[in-house]
Amino acid sequence: MSSDGLAIETRGLTKVFGSQKAVNGIDLAVPRGSVFGFLGPNGSGKTTTIRMLLGLASASSGEIRLLDGVMPRDARGVLPRVGALVEGPAIYPFLSGRANLPRLDAADRPPPPPPRSTRVDAALERVGLGHAATKRAAAYSLGMKQRLGIANALLAPRDLLILDEPTNGLDPQGTREVRGLIRSLSEDGTTVFVSSHLLAEVEQMCSRIAVMSAGRLVAQGTLDELRSEGTARVRVTTPDIDDASRVLARLGLPPQVHGRDDTITAELVVEGLLPETVNAALVQDGVRVRGFEVSGASLEDRFVALTGEGFDVAG
Amino acid sequence: MPAESAQDRPIGSGGSLGLTLVLSEIAVLFRRLRTWAMIGALALIPILIAVVVRVSSDGSASGRGPAFLDSITQNGLFVSLTALTVAIPLFLPLTIGVVAGDTIAGEANLGTLRYLLIAPAGRIRLLLVKYAGAALFCLVATLTVVVTGAIIGALLFPVGPVTLLSGDTVGIVGYFLRLLLLALYVTVSLLGLSAIGLFISTLTTVPVGAMAATAALAAVAQILGALPQLEWLHPWLFTNYWLGFADLLREPIAWTSFADNALLQLGYIAVFGTLAYGRFSTKDVLS
Ligand SMILES: Nc1ncnc2c1ncn2[C@@H]1O[C@H](COP(=O)(O)OP(=O)(O)O)[C@@H](O)[C@H]1O
Ligand SMILES: [Mg+2]
Repeated sequence: MSSDGLAIETRGLTKVFGSQKAVNGIDLAVPRGSVFGFLGPNGSGKTTTIRMLLGLASASSGEIRLLDGVMPRDARGVLPRVGALVEGPAIYPFLSGRANLPRLDAADRPPPPPPRSTRVDAALERVGLGHAATKRAAAYSLGMKQRLGIANALLAPRDLLILDEPTNGLDPQGTREVRGLIRSLSEDGTTVFVSSHLLAEVEQMCSRIAVMSAGRLVAQGTLDELRSEGTARVRVTTPDIDDASRVLARLGLPPQVHGRDDTITAELVVEGLLPETVNAALVQDGVRVRGFEVSGASLEDRFVALTGEGFDVAG
Repeated sequence: MPAESAQDRPIGSGGSLGLTLVLSEIAVLFRRLRTWAMIGALALIPILIAVVVRVSSDGSASGRGPAFLDSITQNGLFVSLTALTVAIPLFLPLTIGVVAGDTIAGEANLGTLRYLLIAPAGRIRLLLVKYAGAALFCLVATLTVVVTGAIIGALLFPVGPVTLLSGDTVGIVGYFLRLLLLALYVTVSLLGLSAIGLFISTLTTVPVGAMAATAALAAVAQILGALPQLEWLHPWLFTNYWLGFADLLREPIAWTSFADNALLQLGYIAVFGTLAYGRFSTKDVLS
């Protein structure tokens, strides 16, 4: 595999649990420097993929390149350059938040040059936990634990961050902070691979995404590429909704009436049917067209089409 | 650029020896309330023995009771020995079961195992560090019994030169050194059990299960060791030399049982260390 421009590359990555293929032959290509969204409903195989990327679980088949190494063979050289949050944070409840971090840093070898306490404090400040650092971690809220987990990933300078659902359990303010954090890390040159089951979140943070559904990678590319793969949609503004609806149906476009009673939309599902033809047909039938708009498919529609379900539905 | 600094880390500096991780392991072990509760319980054994003997005897040796118990009234230095004899069959294996059973399963249960591994701690290194922590606990647990016994014995009873099993007499300092040797003997005795606990701990993500299984194995081994029909098996039981420390209380010291014990424990460490490695090095960490 050649992967000079890629931070993560997998070929045919597969994980079988019993009779279930939790991850089914996926080919990921995460360019260096990108903020890459790994999107999929619950149970679609995101965490399992991340476990394999990090060498926690062995792949049933397939290959993994992480930064400059092959996983799990080169784990020792590669993993110190990778910060990760996997399936939520984990803490030693009997230690303070601050005492939790050196524990995991001690396992990192070789340790980066700045003194540990400096890096610990910097990481805690960065995730906004400075004030609660001496509190016992058992008393942390889920959101605080999540921040502690992210702080752990940031203990050393990283080339790659793998964050599994980093905004889980965070309030809207915390979610915004994490988004800002990811943006600033990305500006520093760190590649960020972030999984989520929320489309809106990924859409706000990521330049590229991959979509998982039931263990398969069903789409991968930039947001624009994915949008353009969808079907275009016409949106008609008119006081004659009923007439418009009849005309659209006659043309073979299933009409959709939305909340407002003067707009009607339809996907351009008929091959070769141009928007201007639709407009002409409407006018010809006496529909008073006040607005006519053509747009690409919304990502939302695209994902429902790809995964066969809404994004917060358990899979 | 982080990209550069992350790559330019020096290879082979102090941390790669795992010393920081060992220190961190020790810190985490001894910052747990549970560890101190167990140490406190172990310290209570000699204290209870000494207080009960002091209150009930009033100087008249009864001639009944377990070994050494009568001698306590004549010499407080025997408290440690009595307490060790009481602690070895049950209390010490129980606490070692808790610590050794918790090593890997406890981290898996907390979820911290995945973070240790991706740090990366290295699976072999983590096993070694975990075992070192358990071994240190064996020493601390044994010393707790011995030292507490020596202190409470000196407080409640007269202290003086001690007559050894061989009939020779050693002074207080000489006897205390023997007690430390004894503590070392018992620590070595528990290393095999610690290795078994480490292995069991790699099999599960439920620490309580690993703890119970380890402690139960210690009980089973002692029961098997008490059955004369299984004489052929006895030399292979990790508990076989647990109470065989009398040789250290002779002059000159007979080292054979110490050496036999150490060899047996080494065998257990080798076997169960290998099993733990075999299991853990390829295990999927899904907790
Ligand atoms: N340890 C496991 N044993 C068996 N099946 C598992 C295990 N972990 C995950 N799975 C299954 O693998 C699938 C993918 O799970 P996961 O990777 O956690 O999904 P996601 O992170 O996308 O929510 C699910 O159907 C889940 O039931
Ligand atoms: Mg998940």
